[in-house]
This record gives sequence, C-alpha cells and structure tokens, in this order.
Amino acid sequence: MAKTYEEINDKISKGKAVVLTAEEVSELAKTLSPKEIAQKVDVVTTATFGAMCSSGAFLNFGHPTPGIRMEKIELNGVRVCGGLAAVDTYVGATDCNPERPAYGGAHIIEELVAGKEIVLEAWGKGTDDYPRRHIKTLITKDSINEAYLYNPRNAYQNYNVAVNSTNEIKHTYMGTLLPQLRNAAYSTAGELSPLINDPECRTIGLGTRIFLCGTEGYVAWNGTQFHSTREVNEHGIPVTNARTLAVVGDLKQMSTDFLRAAYYEKYGVSLFVGLGIPIPVLDEDLAHRVSIRNEQIETTISDYGDGYKILGRTNYAALRSGEIEIQGRKVRTAPVSSLAKAREIADILKSWITNGKFTLSAPVRPMPTNTSVKPLTVRGFEDETGI
Amino acid sequence: MTQKMILNFPAGISGTPITYELIRVHDVKVNILKAEIQPGQIGSLLVELEGDQEKLEKAKQFLISNGVRVSPVSSKVSYDEKRCINCGNCVSACFSGALTIGAPDWKLHFNPEKCIACKLCLTACPQKLFRIEFSTIN
Repeated sequence: MAKTYEEINDKISKGKAVVLTAEEVSELAKTLSPKEIAQKVDVVTTATFGAMCSSGAFLNFGHPTPGIRMEKIELNGVRVCGGLAAVDTYVGATDCNPERPAYGGAHIIEELVAGKEIVLEAWGKGTDDYPRRHIKTLITKDSINEAYLYNPRNAYQNYNVAVNSTNEIKHTYMGTLLPQLRNAAYSTAGELSPLINDPECRTIGLGTRIFLCGTEGYVAWNGTQFHSTREVNEHGIPVTNARTLAVVGDLKQMSTDFLRAAYYEKYGVSLFVGLGIPIPVLDEDLAHRVSIRNEQIETTISDYGDGYKILGRTNYAALRSGEIEIQGRKVRTAPVSSLAKAREIADILKSWITNGKFTLSAPVRPMPTNTSVKPLTVRGFEDETGI
Repeated sequence: MTQKMILNFPAGISGTPITYELIRVHDVKVNILKAEIQPGQIGSLLVELEGDQEKLEKAKQFLISNGVRVSPVSSKVSYDEKRCINCGNCVSACFSGALTIGAPDWKLHFNPEKCIACKLCLTACPQKLFRIEFSTIN
C-alpha cells in the first residue's frame, strides 16, 4: 500500500498530514513496525546546521549610468568573482583578502541577509558599450536585483570524526584538534541528518523543495564530490563522507538565525548553513529508512595530524555520550555542528508542512548512481608542493 | 582550594627557583597559565595554586618575603549568548571541562569554576564570541 506524492500533498493541503521529525520517528520505531509507521506517518523532517565551505551567492548589482563591465570586483574590500557578465558576481563563502583572513565572503553574505550596507567597488577597462572604468557605492540586498544562495556542496551524507595524534594543536575546519588524541570532533546530525534518512536518495533529487536558511529552497543538482558507492554498514548507511547536495534559494528571504559566517583559526572563512529536507513516507522501505537510530549510524575516525589515517570506527550514540574509545584510549568527544539548531529547523519545517504551507515535490531527475570521487594527480609538471 | 593569582617578580630574583620551592617546600600544586619572564628583568606569572588554605597562606607569605608581589585575580570568560549557535567548537577545544554541551538540550553550558583561562575558546569559536578579562581582587 504505497502512497503517492499527490496523496501526501492532498493531505498536507487539507491540514491532515501526519508529520514527525526524524528523531520523533526513530523514537516511535522502538514500538512500531515499518509497516505501521508507513500507515501512520506521511512526512518525516530532517535537518542539519553546520559549516559548509562550498557555499556562495550569485548577485546582480544592476547597471549604473554610464555603464561598467565589472572585471575586478570588491565587496567590503574582499575580491569576488569578476568572471561573469557586466554586473553579475558570485561571492564564494571562503573568498577573503589574505591580509584580513578572518573576514570574507561568508561575512558579506551574512551581512547582506541582515540587511546591512555593503561597499561595492569595481573596475573595468572601459568598452564602447560600457565606458565607465570605476565605481564605488553602497548596496543592500534590497537595492540590488537578484541575490540567491547557490551552494555546490552541502549536507554531506555522514562525515568522518577528526582527531589529532601529533604533539601539537592542529587548527582545522573540524575545529581545534588537541594533541595526543585529547579530543574527537564530529559534525553530522546523526539520526536527524537529511541524507542519512534517505541513504539511497529515493526521494531526494533535482527539484526537491527544502528548507534553506530560513526560507524555501531547492535541490539544484547532485553536490560536488558526490560519492554513491562508499562502503555501507549492515543498516545501509555509508560509513564515511558519501553523497552531497547542491542547493539554491532566495537570499533575500533568508534569516541570519539559520545562516552564519564562521572563521576557523589558521584555516579560513566558512559558512554555517541551515538545511532541512522533508522525506515522504511513501512505503515500508522509506519507513524503515527514516527509523534509523544513532547507534546504527557508524562513521570513520580519521587522524587529521597524520594524513587522515583511519584509526577506527564509531557510531553517533557513542559520539553523543561524550566519550569514545580509540585504540584502547578514552577520548572526549564534542560536536562542531549545532544539533540544537538542526532540531529547530526540523520543527519549523514540520510546522510549515503541518500548516499546509509547504508541499512536497517529487524529484524531476534522480541522483546519479555508480559515482565515486577522483583524486587530482600531478602530470606534465614536476610536483613542486611548496610545503 | 584553588586560587588564581598574578605573581610579579622584581628584577634580580628571576634566577631564584621560586616555583620549585612552592611545590617542594610548601606542597602546593602550581599550574602556570601564562608566563612572561626575562632573565634579569621584571617577570610575571599567571598561576593557579592548589592546596589547603593553610598551605596556600604560607606559600603566599613565602612569595611576599622573597619580594614577589602577589595579586589574586579572577579571570572572567564570557560569551555572547545571543549570537551563540551552540555548534560545540569551543567545547571541543575546552580540555578543562568548563564548557560543555550535551543531552537533553545540546546547548552550551559554562562552568566558570572549571575554567583555567587557557583562552582556547577565544580562537576556537567560529564567530569569535568569547571575551576574557583578568581583574585583580583587592
């Protein structure tokens, strides 16, 4: 007795859909079978709120008089992409001025969302149709044309746990890693995480409507480094970084409650992205998938001090207990992505759907299968690493 | 009990093994949090001394009798709770256990008594929300 998207959307618009968060359904699954869950529950909301470097925003500034073909562009002193049409740019979250490494693209994006004024300065060589060679002005999200977030790689399906076995502190995108395995940092939202609840992307594909930084967004494509053939455990969950999503949404509608700039010491700028995905419980298989519990989700422990050497495997119930065992030693754990925020997002998405404001969209194209990730090999040149 | 204090060493005694005597003779635990000492010049140490009250008092007398100026301090670490997103990065760095996050609410909790003012949270916070102030207690 499979359900269709139409049936579920019909229930949503009538205010009759039964919507649970992924944590609630995992709790329910302790007493109900997948069959019973498939009958009772229509939609399960999943969410995550973590730093996702592969993020950024497309902006169109509008044409000044006289016009300019912007070839070199700075926003608040940060160089951004000048390689698009005359007054378009892409602000990468990690863009920064190397002289002020703690401020970058992510901060500009957050300030735009907050409605703050940003200094735009641009230069062009001057052309017959765009004679202006320089402009300096203030912009806000309301003064410009389009502003949309387009993140090429978000919502990693699982992520490894970072530790450091060396004798010195390592500053990484997984935070401060203390020497001699004094801490272990993990990032995934466990049983609440989007791609953990639909591990083979049966319902998440191009066009899937999602929660993105406080407003509705869409899955635009498979994310970069999309890896669909990782080893899975007995519960069908990849045991390390696997699939990813490219997502898009209107920056002007977003909220800084769910989008925050980050700076990692001696690493660089990144962006905290809040993302929620509804999963329709179409059948028993999906009911079984969304019932996944933290102890069934395993991940790989990686030594960031020693070439990402694998030191073992653990699961999210253990990670959340505050302590795991690595090579016979007890190691303190801490998250580096916000479970409190992820829960808030899952609850908001649940209320949007329950109130009939947000319906589900079937993928217009499924995610790719049989993909893996290639390394970059040096050829044709001597390998001068500059280390 | 534990007391945090700044020890200002006058020029000329930097060569005296004060810390050694504190531990060896006066039996107090010395945790050096910050040190600025140059031979032959004025030096200062931010230390945490641990021991029972009597031993700590004798240790302080010993320091003063050697010309060391002893100023008890309180270090106050604070963070902007309004902007905090409860990501956990500061907790990960906080080896003294002052900053914690966990079930049921997964929100940041700070226990100032466990803070040793190592300042790792200041750099670990991706939003740079932490501040630290050292103030002397009179």
